[in-house]
Amino acid sequence: MSTPAFPRPLPRVEGDAAPFWKAVAAHRIELPRCTACGTLIFYPRTFCTRCHSREVRWEEISGAGRVYTFSVVHRATHPWFMDKTPYVYAIVELEAGVRLPTMLVGCATEDVSVGMPVEPVFERASDDVVLLHFRPRSA
Amino acid sequence: MSGSGGIAGIAVAGVYEHPRRSAPDKTAYQIAAESARGALEDAGLRLSDVDGYATSGVGPIGVLSMCHHLNLRPDWIDSTAIGGSSFVAQVLNAAAAIRAGLCTTVLVTYGSTAASDRFAVGTGGGSAGDPPDSFDVPYGPTIVGAYGMVAQRHMHEYGTTSAQLAEVAVTMRRHAGLNPDAKYREPITADDVLASRVISSPLHLLDCCVISDGGGALVITAEERARDLAKPVVRVLGGGMAVRHPGIGVRDITDIAARQSGKKAFERSGVRHEDVDLCMIYDSFTITVVETLENLGFCELGEGGPFVQGGRIGLGGALPVNLDGGGLSSNHPGMRGIFLVIEATRQLRGECGARQVENAEIALCHGTGGFLGIRHSGATLLLGRA
Ligand SMILES: [Zn+2]
Repeated sequence: MSTPAFPRPLPRVEGDAAPFWKAVAAHRIELPRCTACGTLIFYPRTFCTRCHSREVRWEEISGAGRVYTFSVVHRATHPWFMDKTPYVYAIVELEAGVRLPTMLVGCATEDVSVGMPVEPVFERASDDVVLLHFRPRSA
Repeated sequence: MSGSGGIAGIAVAGVYEHPRRSAPDKTAYQIAAESARGALEDAGLRLSDVDGYATSGVGPIGVLSMCHHLNLRPDWIDSTAIGGSSFVAQVLNAAAAIRAGLCTTVLVTYGSTAASDRFAVGTGGGSAGDPPDSFDVPYGPTIVGAYGMVAQRHMHEYGTTSAQLAEVAVTMRRHAGLNPDAKYREPITADDVLASRVISSPLHLLDCCVISDGGGALVITAEERARDLAKPVVRVLGGGMAVRHPGIGVRDITDIAARQSGKKAFERSGVRHEDVDLCMIYDSFTITVVETLENLGFCELGEGGPFVQGGRIGLGGALPVNLDGGGLSSNHPGMRGIFLVIEATRQLRGECGARQVENAEIALCHGTGGFLGIRHSGATLLLGRA
């Protein structure tokens, strides 16, 4: 008996976050920075929730970062991920100063460690959406 | 201790924990209703005395269906939905509502058939949705993974070990052995925990709470009134609630909501840490207990691992935790908060038999709701024997 295919859970490229996903689709990481107080904002919002300014400027930031923490998932719960285990669900801290939830790819699960340097992998997930994965940084 | 300011003079007058851990023959509403009857009988009250009602885990307007089911027409209703901590928060809400004169007698109920429904409690799913979910869901979060990430970081920063986490599970199981209603009662060792399969690293199967059916209920009323009711008065001394999330980009995931809600609870009640005779800590996972004890201030940040070792959190230890066996061994129908208040109340009344903490005068309850490593709520409550 074949299992029904579940659609992969993907972000909608709309609203405040649309420029982020469009940039990722073009293999760049861009985030808004508040021009009033200088705060880099992740994830994107309509206004700066620190100082209320609506003046945000999108800027490209480096994808260089380190693993802040991770968990090797052996039992998935979303149906799309069930045959993808084990996979590495992680938070990466970018040098630009923000921490992003992500998936770590391109290395054995037992080789992942906190603090490990990583770089982005732009994973095409559908016609419209590219996801921001990370892998160990090449020397 | 008589409680503080705005919520002084409020008591837990009735409690009931549904004894079933597997109830495939019952509905969730049935369990909630049976629990309501139990808690009201415990207090010596009737449904007709209830003029305030609170529940959670019943969907956006399920509280209306529950009022219908219980044939209640309350003057005050609350369906706070902040995860498993909701019922702890609702005791505070009820206390404030009674003090404000909005109602006099609040019934809080919970019922769930999580185990029989084979519903994966607290697990993720659905589409990626809108932000913030859409920045997380595409990468495969799970509830165990979200707590696993917290444990991994805790190990990295503080050197906490899996053996230390296992000690929490071993202790809860020992307590469950003293609770005839607990789901799992056979003793386990730290080696058993470490040998159980990894669900999401570094958490093993036995680092995770059980999935059961179950439910319970509380009756909250003015202390003055509670004195005339059936059971010894248990006072609400103080409490607090809080939320933690990654804000606009950077969160220290070892800083949890308990730090904020616990501080408020201690300040508002005037209780000192050394006054607390027992804790009821939401033990969704072993790491939850370690981080909660730290963030509540029972030990320094990072010292939770050593703190839970050596019998300290066991019956007879300096700070017994989860005498009923906790979510790790007794019951976890999806939202455990109500059981924290029920067991704390029974302990303060001295009703707990083999698992009774001797001369318990003050108990702390702390509920966590949601995903500790992503977004979560915390609700702390200090209760005291009158
Ligand atoms: Zn700003």
